[in-house]
Amino acid sequence: MSDAQTTQIPVTVLTGYLGAGKTTLLNRILSENHGKRYAVIVNEFGEIGIDNELIVESDEEIYEMNNGCVCCTVRGDLIRVVEGLMRRPGRFDAIVIETTGLADPVPVAQTFFMDDDVRSKTRLDAVVALVDAKHLPLRLKDSREAEDQIAFADVVVLNKTDLVTPEELSKVEATIRAINPAARIHRTTRAGVALSEVLDRGAFDLSRALENDPHFLEARDDHDHHHHDHHDHDHHDHDGHHHHDGHDHHDHAHPSDIHDVTVQSVSLRGGEMDPKKFFPWIEKITQMEGPNILRLKGIIALKGDDERYVIQGVHMIIEGDHQRAWKDGEKHESRLVFIGRELDAERLKKSFDACQAA
Amino acid sequence: MPTVAPLDLQGHCIAAVFLGDVPHFALADGTIHRLDHGHKTTQANDGLLAAFHDAANDRLITGGEDGKIFSVTAGSNAAELASAGKKWITSVAAGPQGAVAYASGKIAFVRFADGKTKEFLHPRSVEGLAFSPKGMRFGVARYNGATLHFPAANGKPVELEWAGAHTGITFSPDGAFLVTTMQENALHGWKLADGKHMRMSGYPGKVKSLSWAPRGKWLASSGAPAAIVWPFSGKDGPMGKAPLELGTRGNAMVTSVACHPSQDVVAVGYDDGMVMAVRFADAKEVLLRRPGKGAITSMMWDKEERRVAFGSAAGDCGVIDISA
Repeated sequence: MSDAQTTQIPVTVLTGYLGAGKTTLLNRILSENHGKRYAVIVNEFGEIGIDNELIVESDEEIYEMNNGCVCCTVRGDLIRVVEGLMRRPGRFDAIVIETTGLADPVPVAQTFFMDDDVRSKTRLDAVVALVDAKHLPLRLKDSREAEDQIAFADVVVLNKTDLVTPEELSKVEATIRAINPAARIHRTTRAGVALSEVLDRGAFDLSRALENDPHFLEARDDHDHHHHDHHDHDHHDHDGHHHHDGHDHHDHAHPSDIHDVTVQSVSLRGGEMDPKKFFPWIEKITQMEGPNILRLKGIIALKGDDERYVIQGVHMIIEGDHQRAWKDGEKHESRLVFIGRELDAERLKKSFDACQAA
Repeated sequence: MPTVAPLDLQGHCIAAVFLGDVPHFALADGTIHRLDHGHKTTQANDGLLAAFHDAANDRLITGGEDGKIFSVTAGSNAAELASAGKKWITSVAAGPQGAVAYASGKIAFVRFADGKTKEFLHPRSVEGLAFSPKGMRFGVARYNGATLHFPAANGKPVELEWAGAHTGITFSPDGAFLVTTMQENALHGWKLADGKHMRMSGYPGKVKSLSWAPRGKWLASSGAPAAIVWPFSGKDGPMGKAPLELGTRGNAMVTSVACHPSQDVVAVGYDDGMVMAVRFADAKEVLLRRPGKGAITSMMWDKEERRVAFGSAAGDCGVIDISA
């Protein structure tokens, strides 16, 4: 596994509306002296000013898979281009895919999970969304794609911050947080984010995914912090964990009070899970609610298991693995976030709770 | 005992063919290597993506990252036939009367022998191309089916629908059947006389290599731990019949198949580089080459039915002589 992974080429997906700064960021990736060579897949050669033989133009081709799963879509053009690139692997160290402004990021990501050939040679590193601080409110009004791109992102580059007032900026950032509480947000002008914050993030790597941001679930649960804080004392408990009976420690869904936001997130928190209940539950949820789930991420404490179990998903595709041993004194707590639409937060919470070990 | 003359190259071999009875190996970097009293090399495309062996004209048609189409004849003489712009060439094919087809994005081009070119724009990307052996007709594999064009006439194309992404395409040697490879692990076929569907599924992997047996009686395919060989001798093709499974191995997948030119025998190449010959009648196997460095990507028998040229994903290519 680790051998295969070291030879897998990392793939970064850049999404964002026209004018958000994708090309600026791409030009920096291609021209800055970071010692790495990139192959870039674009929809149109457009304004990339850099002469690079490894810029490949590709027509976005979304293919629905014939497996009866309505949300199982892949990008057929990427399968072909990635396969072509990987026949001459010595030419580049990583691949960047620039999507069109209106592109749905989901088929791009699913390509890297669903196609065996692509999956064996490459790995999805992260989805980066560029957002124009000035125009985001307008974009959210007139399209669902702008929201999807943010909801799906691991990293959001909030660009052109010099064009808005500090008040407008906090409002835009709050909107992004409302859509996606798990993403990392960087405020920039001229897409001036450190490339290390964008490239080689390992956001889909189960062994790294949630290490990058240990607080990934805590951004929105302010009212929950007093519970969390006193958990710090709980590690003296002999069983190493604490049941929160009677406490409303779950973070409820936040159907956003911000206009034009239809994506919601549901953050769940619990103690140790009974694997016999948890796995059938998550399987069933993703089968039934898959079309509504854009992303899910979680760290699960399984009863009788001394390793952390991490899980992530895109629509109906889920994968999970043991990540590392629980550290001494670390709270055996389960955390799970769903980002999607029309999620029944109450039902998710109740059924998640029911998976806890007795 | 078969003997192997190895040719160790650097890079992924796209096509291993005989041109003028000399084995040629076309690599992904666009170099064409041949074993002709020693190892000789020439350059065709700047990056090779697709190749088709044009048996009637004893040449290899190539398409590449440079948007160009080359014709490579014996002695590695590479001549540029056409250029389609900056985009990658995704598929090439050769047909009757010296016609050549190639695709870039949503456009399929046909270049006739006199140099005239016709364009056929499609609503979606052209994934695969093949000419019918009879008449001036070619097929395009596309999302949700295949399209048949008649480039010499101005008639409307024939649309064959089947849900899913069709990535490759081939006509049976008698022109009666059309078969596509799909993004999912399956083949789909149409009987052209009545449009009847043929579903050929059950593969554990994607099918990337197809080869018709003499007179089109069988269609051999990769994508499983055995060569899956479908019977096409009946009027409804393989419908209601089980395929042969030849050269089954427990620990390897078939990646390339090449039927013998006159006998019901198939050369089977595996992902570990092994090559076997297997007879249809009794499934008898003969080892032609031991496992090597990379998956077998391409094979071809010579006219004398004595040698098999093979190429691999790792560049360890060669020629097997079965008469020795």
